[in-house]
Amino acid sequence: MTGATREMFYNEALGEALRLEMERDERVIVLGEDIAEHGGAFQVTAGLLDKFGPTRIRQTPISELGIVGAAVGAALTGLRPVVELMYVDFSGLAMDQLVNQAAQNRFMFGGQARVPMVMRTQGGSGRGNAAQHSKSLEAWFTHVAGLKVVMPSTPADAKGLLTSAIRDDDPVIFLEHKLLYRTKGQVPSGEYLVPLGKADVKRAGTDLTIVTWSREVLFSLEAAGKLAADGIEAEVIDLRSLVPLDRDAVLASVRRTHRLLVVHEAIKRGGYGGEIAAIVAEEAFDDLDAPPRRLAGLETPIPYAQHLEKTVVPQVDDIVRVAKELVA
Amino acid sequence: MERPTALDLYRVMRRIRDFEERATVLFGEGKLWGTIHSYAGEEGIAAGVCAHLRDDDWITSTHRGHGHCIAKGADLGRMYAELLGRETGYCRGRGGSMHIADTSKGNLGANGIVGGGIPIATGAALTAKQLGTDQVAVSFFGDGAANQGAFHESANLASIWKLPVIYVCENNQYAESLPVKNAFAIDDISSRAGGYGMPGVRVNGRDVRAVYDAAGELIARARRGEGPAFLVADTYRHEGHYYGDPRKYQSKDEIEGWKTRFDPLVDTRAWITEAKLATAAELDAIDAEVIEEAKRAVAWAEAGPPASPISLPGDVYASY
Repeated sequence: MTGATREMFYNEALGEALRLEMERDERVIVLGEDIAEHGGAFQVTAGLLDKFGPTRIRQTPISELGIVGAAVGAALTGLRPVVELMYVDFSGLAMDQLVNQAAQNRFMFGGQARVPMVMRTQGGSGRGNAAQHSKSLEAWFTHVAGLKVVMPSTPADAKGLLTSAIRDDDPVIFLEHKLLYRTKGQVPSGEYLVPLGKADVKRAGTDLTIVTWSREVLFSLEAAGKLAADGIEAEVIDLRSLVPLDRDAVLASVRRTHRLLVVHEAIKRGGYGGEIAAIVAEEAFDDLDAPPRRLAGLETPIPYAQHLEKTVVPQVDDIVRVAKELVA
Repeated sequence: MERPTALDLYRVMRRIRDFEERATVLFGEGKLWGTIHSYAGEEGIAAGVCAHLRDDDWITSTHRGHGHCIAKGADLGRMYAELLGRETGYCRGRGGSMHIADTSKGNLGANGIVGGGIPIATGAALTAKQLGTDQVAVSFFGDGAANQGAFHESANLASIWKLPVIYVCENNQYAESLPVKNAFAIDDISSRAGGYGMPGVRVNGRDVRAVYDAAGELIARARRGEGPAFLVADTYRHEGHYYGDPRKYQSKDEIEGWKTRFDPLVDTRAWITEAKLATAAELDAIDAEVIEEAKRAVAWAEAGPPASPISLPGDVYASY
């Protein structure tokens, strides 16, 4: 990062990206529940109603299918809508419009259409919201040809990736994490773009590669610090965007460290970590000194009780333990 | 009704009927595959509504979408080419019958999902409202889709935001094999409009004049910024749900009875000649022109190259 920066919360950085893009392009509108006076369930759109008014900050009834579908139609006809879906767990209500419509219109119509829309939503556990408000569902979306899937872990990436997502001509599923909104970081001022499809080496290392995204990036960095105290240097790669995937960054790192650990909060079965492990096994098998490992959520809904919630998703000490097993 | 309007409506309806009959023959000859859904019997609705639309107005259509596509001004050759899996088809052979779109004419696509186009038309109307144009959007769908959540959510959104969208429900008596009497606890589907605070109008879909008049008023109203409306046209599909449907849910008497009793083309010929807007011979001449046009379109389509191989990621993503 060069140039002026400012310390911001993750949710403020997202709000700044929205504000700047709405100032830049009148075709950008925001649709969603509680996004007006209330400022959004996680205060991302705070202040935008005053600045842009109710026609561009369009607060909607609780109609996820209708809202997302309206965004698809608006995107097809010239707007660049950004939908805020309050919880990723609600995306099932809108899935037809995402999977059968937005994702496929370009292909089905032989290239006649484009669908420049963003669906922002958030997922993840750690706040006692229990099973219907805490899932990590990125694998659902990565499995659909035609969607892009983005998951920022830092305030700067949140701003830069959201800006790129809004300017992108394809439908982008933009997945935030509820426990990242109040994390702080330096964020470049003014126009700032992080390209979709570029991973970020959040920490360089030589002994193993940790591929991760969203909140587990923070856990992995903390774990890497603990590992370093024991003389193990972990490289932490934040994918940032799952689709498109920066395969080159993953493969190049594994070819140097010879060990792969994928860490994500979503449950392991059918998770995107399997895709990363498979790519590495297919393309860099001979470079590996150990089988790829996945550390991910247990195959369970997220439980409510505070002492239970942490037991079902990878924690810092879990990452340290598995990393040590991998390099042993 | 003026003679040019009447003849335009008749020509569009004849074009649609001919397309459906010809597509069925092509299917029987093994030149098409997958599935097609005939719009025969419902022609007056697409013709009567789309007569009021400009090229920059939008429609969303259904799996039974050929008629809407033709009425919105599509090129028949490109439609046949799509059914035949040619590169020259509207969707370059990627979409087929259930996904034909013609964005240059505002057709945002047929849709294989029942009710799938309703929120999209609503969003198109949002674009018009947002950009301050006088464009309108029309969503065609069947009685089956009127029971999807997509309809209810969209109708409510359109109404609270006063969007220029007209929801056109073609009640062809069956949602696949389910008769309307088993799918609705009300007799008049248009009565639902009241629940959304918009006008609801019910017309006889076999009478293209009734459709034309009702749609004209509702579309003009939407163009003036007075909000959405719900138009229900009672109709009957002459064929089954899809080509090859054994129609076990219908009796032979019912099918034959409806076909003879309910044919908007026969009706349209009758009132045009009775009103002396044109002679039977003039209508026959239109029929002959439509047939020649269709033959040329099929020949052009059959001469087209096969759909090119899938190209990734460009076929799927605008950028990657």
